[in-house]
Amino acid sequence: MTRSITVLGAGVLGLWQALTLARAGHRVRLLESSVEPFAAAASLYGGVMLAPEREAETAPAMLRELGLEGVALWRALYPQLRCNGSLVVASPRDQGELERFAQRTQGHGLLRADELAEREPDLAGRFNGALFFADEAHMSAPDALQFLLDEARRAGAEIVFGVGAGADTNGDNAADVVIDCRGMAARDHLPDLRGVRGERVLIRSTDITLSRPVQFLHPRIPLYVVPWGAGLYMIGATVIESEEPGAMSVRSALELLGGAYAVHPAFAEAEIVAFGAGVRPAFPDNVPRAIVRDGGRRIFVNGAYRHGFLLGPVLARTVADYLADGRTGALLRV
Amino acid sequence: MNAPSTGMDIKAGAERSALTLYGEALSSRMLIGTAQYPSPQVLAEAVEASGAGIVTVSLRREQARGRTGERFLQLIADLGVRVLPNTAGCHTVKEAITTAHMARELFDTPWLKLEVIANDDTLQPDVFGLVEAASALCADGFNVLPYTTEDLSVADRLLAAGCRVLMPWGAPIGTGRGLANPYALRSMRAYFPDVPLIIDAGIGAPSHAAQAMEMGFDGVLLNTAIAKAADPVRMARAFAQAIEAGRSAYEAGLMGVRDMAQPSTPVVGTPFFDLRTDGA
Repeated sequence: MTRSITVLGAGVLGLWQALTLARAGHRVRLLESSVEPFAAAASLYGGVMLAPEREAETAPAMLRELGLEGVALWRALYPQLRCNGSLVVASPRDQGELERFAQRTQGHGLLRADELAEREPDLAGRFNGALFFADEAHMSAPDALQFLLDEARRAGAEIVFGVGAGADTNGDNAADVVIDCRGMAARDHLPDLRGVRGERVLIRSTDITLSRPVQFLHPRIPLYVVPWGAGLYMIGATVIESEEPGAMSVRSALELLGGAYAVHPAFAEAEIVAFGAGVRPAFPDNVPRAIVRDGGRRIFVNGAYRHGFLLGPVLARTVADYLADGRTGALLRV
Repeated sequence: MNAPSTGMDIKAGAERSALTLYGEALSSRMLIGTAQYPSPQVLAEAVEASGAGIVTVSLRREQARGRTGERFLQLIADLGVRVLPNTAGCHTVKEAITTAHMARELFDTPWLKLEVIANDDTLQPDVFGLVEAASALCADGFNVLPYTTEDLSVADRLLAAGCRVLMPWGAPIGTGRGLANPYALRSMRAYFPDVPLIIDAGIGAPSHAAQAMEMGFDGVLLNTAIAKAADPVRMARAFAQAIEAGRSAYEAGLMGVRDMAQPSTPVVGTPFFDLRTDGA
């Protein structure tokens, strides 16, 4: 049955919903309150790594299964997805951290120092070895969001910027179903939603080339260096139990940049392109979900936490299945 | 997660001697930190499984400004146990005092775990700054629980400053090495028989916690060993059992060690001459 659907919020969750539901044959309008695309989206501050295996270190086991499905959906959609795997390293005195990480995760192999140097020549001599997660992938957040936006339009979704919630919920335009993907902006409807601040730095270096994300284990500062191409590197990310959207603190900048320097001293000569901070919406178990209300006329898709890109496609498929025949899934609450 | 409340099983055991800190009797000798858990939900389940009477919370500036950390802090408050804000990560007296005041306002409590860190690598307390900050905060009406070393003269100064509880380290924060200097900790226990002493930091395994309790320490404060376990809820329960066992053993009176073996079966009725070696 073809429905008229309004999606609220053009972050990664809303874009995946609009794309998937438009492709399923529904009439889709996507409303975004910001005038400029992605200006208000927490997704813009993503790494972005599709890392279901590494996330399993702390996330519930269920998320690994769903995450693998998310990776498959991205691979099928996005030709620019970089499927070079990912690396986990630790300094010699923190080898215990590496062993612990290896015990808690699957899908990795251990690289000796020379095997690491083969894959990432610029890391030669930097580490005793690494864990290699061959099936993980990464992408640049702004490029991927723009791609999703273009694809959703191509699939027939109407996307309107500068129009907030409420514009489509009354009068003749009332949609059959409203899918609310507004993240923290929907918190008044979702009392157990909280914000978790994340900060990242973008730097540009012509001195070092990496072809896959490097996660640097440290007892105090978990750190990722994600190559976005053209010398651009995303260094992230802090996880602070705060909803403050403001500028990054010097403490966080020191931690992130110090970590990047520990991965490779050549990063000392990199240019700082941007500091940025976003607030990730999260439920108490840090698992994203779709929550059906008002007899199915309103569906909240929220709580992406660190998993918005990974599980965006899974949540979209979940909602599409529910609208098709009432099927529920692991991430859907009726 | 199938996490039945185990605090009850433990409490149902032998009679418990209560731990009293700043005039408040606590139901458990376990104090746990709230950082590094996979999610607030796992944290809540772990706290419940531990039966801990106090949880510590470190406050970041980002949480205090405009009360933007309120949702998370509300989750902590909802745990229903006493909240002990701490000044984790503060390197100067001024920073620690500022954080203490923010914490008192946010949590509406005079209780404070005071940390003044000297060195980022060892996270060793700066004992000079600690004494200075403790003096100012005790005078200002805080109930200060200082994170300190096993040094006796520093302990004396902290007590003189007005602290009524001391929290010596087991080992540096987050190392999980257990009691690095049991001899010094034993001396401290003997030197301050009437001051509540809580081992804070460095605990990695339930056996470490049990050891501290057997030595007569009044409680144990830990975080990483539970939060970073593969199953934090089960680990919380394991620590609760170890702390209870160690305390009971201390109160029951541990046997001393001997150099010579002594049979545990009575020897009455057996001949005490070995006839074969009797020279006749």
